Amino acid sequence: MLNKSTRVKKTIINRRDGNGKKNILTALGFLSPTLVIFCAFVLFPVFFSFYLSFHKWNMFSSGREFLGLENYRRLFSDPEFWMVLKNTFIYTLGTVPLNMVIALLTAIILNRRIAGKRFLRTAIFTPVVISPVAAALIWRWIYDPNFGLLNYLMDLVGLPSVNWLNEPKAAMVALIIMGVWKTFGTNMVLFSAGLQGIPDHYYEAAEIDGAGWWSKFWNITMPMLSPTTFFIMIMSMISSFQVFDIVYVLTSGGPLGATKVMVFYIYENAFKFFEMGYASAAAYVFFAILAVLTVLQVKFMQTRAGYEAV
Amino acid sequence: MDIDFRKSSHIVKDIILHVIIYALALATIAPFIWMLLTSVKDIGDIFVYPPKWLPSKFHFENYARAFQAAPFGRYYLNSLIVACTVTLGQLITCSMAAYAFARLQFKGRDVLFYIFLGTMMIPYQVTMIPSFMVLYWLGWVDSYQAMIVPGLASAFGTFLLRQFFLTIPKELEEAAYIDGCGKFRVLWQIIIPLSKPALATLAIFTFMGTFNDFIWALIVVNSDHLRTVQLGLAIFRDRYITDWDLLMAGSVMATLPVLIVFFFAQKYFIKGITLSGIKG
Repeated sequence: MLNKSTRVKKTIINRRDGNGKKNILTALGFLSPTLVIFCAFVLFPVFFSFYLSFHKWNMFSSGREFLGLENYRRLFSDPEFWMVLKNTFIYTLGTVPLNMVIALLTAIILNRRIAGKRFLRTAIFTPVVISPVAAALIWRWIYDPNFGLLNYLMDLVGLPSVNWLNEPKAAMVALIIMGVWKTFGTNMVLFSAGLQGIPDHYYEAAEIDGAGWWSKFWNITMPMLSPTTFFIMIMSMISSFQVFDIVYVLTSGGPLGATKVMVFYIYENAFKFFEMGYASAAAYVFFAILAVLTVLQVKFMQTRAGYEAV
Repeated sequence: MDIDFRKSSHIVKDIILHVIIYALALATIAPFIWMLLTSVKDIGDIFVYPPKWLPSKFHFENYARAFQAAPFGRYYLNSLIVACTVTLGQLITCSMAAYAFARLQFKGRDVLFYIFLGTMMIPYQVTMIPSFMVLYWLGWVDSYQAMIVPGLASAFGTFLLRQFFLTIPKELEEAAYIDGCGKFRVLWQIIIPLSKPALATLAIFTFMGTFNDFIWALIVVNSDHLRTVQLGLAIFRDRYITDWDLLMAGSVMATLPVLIVFFFAQKYFIKGITLSGIKG
C-alpha cells in the first residue's frame, strides 16, 4: 500500500517534471524577467563596450568610425591616464591594509567578553550603511581648514593645521582616512564571522601548552582566518579600485587632479566629453588590471598555502 | 599569590581592551554626532574657533530652510519611489529565477547559473556606458524607468535566494504537487512563506543600495524633478558650498531612512554581509 502510494507520487512528480521542451519552457517562464534585464544591461553591454573601445563615437552621431587600437594607444600615451592609475593604486594601497588591520583588531576585541557589544557593533558598522554623498559632506566639514574638527584636534596635540582638501598630498590622505572610516565595518563583520568559526578547543589546547596571547594569535587565529583574510583582501581591493561617490563629493578629483581616480576618469570621458569609445577602452583596461591583480593574488596565496602545507 | 597576579593582569587587560574599543567606536560615530549638532546650529556657532560641540540654541528651523532652498520633499519622494520599486521588483524576479535554478530540471541549468554568477565579477564601469545607450535607444534617459529598470534583476539576489531555497525540504512541495498545485503556486504558497529571512535580507540590501546609489542617478537623470536625495544633495553642495547648517541638515535627511531601516533590521543586514562573504 505504502509502496504503491510512493510510486503513484513518483509518477505524478515525474509527469509534472516531464522532460525536454516543456521543462525548458517552464524554466524560461521563471527566468525570463531576469534574463531580459540581464541581457540588456549586463551581457550586451559587456560585448558592446569591447566593440566600442575600437571606435570613435560621441553617442549622438549615427556613424561609428573604426579606429583599431587608436583609443588604446591614446590612452597609454595620455599622462592623465597614468596619473589617474597611480592615484587609484595609492588610494587602494592606502585604504586596504589600514582597513584590514583596524577591522581585524575590532573583530578580535569584539569576539571577547566586552560590555555593550551590541552598541559597539552598531556604532562601528553605521558608516557602512549611510549614503556616501552625505558621508563625504560630513567629512568636508570635518576637513575644513579654519573651522574643521580635525585641524582643531591636531592643534590640541600641537600639530600644525593642514589645508586638507586643497593640498594635493593632504587631499589623498583625507580621502584615504574617509575611505577607511566608511568601509572597515564590513570587514569587521566578515572577520567576526571567521573568528566564530574557529573552534574553542584549539585555544584551550594551546593554553594547556602554555601558549601566550601572541603565540595563539599567530599560530591559531591567523592560519585559521586565512581564507577569510584572503577573501576580504580581494573584495576590499576591488571595491577600493572602484571608488567614485566619495571622490566626487569630497574632492571632485582635485586639487590639480590629485585625487582623480579611474572611475572618475571613465565617467568624465563618457558623460562629460561624450567620448564613448575612448571611455570604453579605459573601462576595459581598468577591467583587465583588476582581473590581473585578482589572479595574481589567488596565485600568490596558492603558492603560499602550498608552501605551508609542505 | 600567583593566582591573584594573573587575575589582576586579566582585569587590566580587560580594561585596556574596553578603552580601545570604546575609543574606536566613539571616533567612528563622532562624525555623525558632529553632523547632527551642526544641523541645528546657528551660523554664528558654526564659524567659531575652537569649534563648539553644543549649539547655544537649537535651530530646528534649519531643516525648514533646507527644504526651502531645494525641493528635498520631491527628492525624497523620488528616492523612495525608485528604492521601493527596485526592491519589490528584485524580490519577485530573483525569487522566480532562484526557484528555477534551485528546483527545475532543464538542460544547461548549471552552465547558465555559473555564467550568471560569473557576471558578478564584472565591474559596473564596463557595463555602464552601453547600459546608458540602451536606455537612450529606448528613449528612457531622464526618467524613472532609467533609474528603476536596470536594477530589476540581480545576480547576487538570485544567488542568495537559490542557496536558501536549496535548504527547504522537497517533501513539502511534493505533497503540494500531489494536491495538483502548479509550479508557480508552489513557489508562491510554499517556498516564499518559508523564505522570509532570506527575502528580508535581500530587501534590506537592495533598499539601502538603491537609496544610497549615486553614480547611476547622476548619469541617467538631468531634470530637477527626477533627482533623488543623493543627487539633490550633491548639487545642493555646489550651490550652498559653505552653508554648513543647511548642508548638514540635508545630510541628516539623506541618511535618516537608511539608518532607521538599519537599526531595526540589523540582524538581516549582518547576515547578508556574511552570506555574500561565503560566496567567494
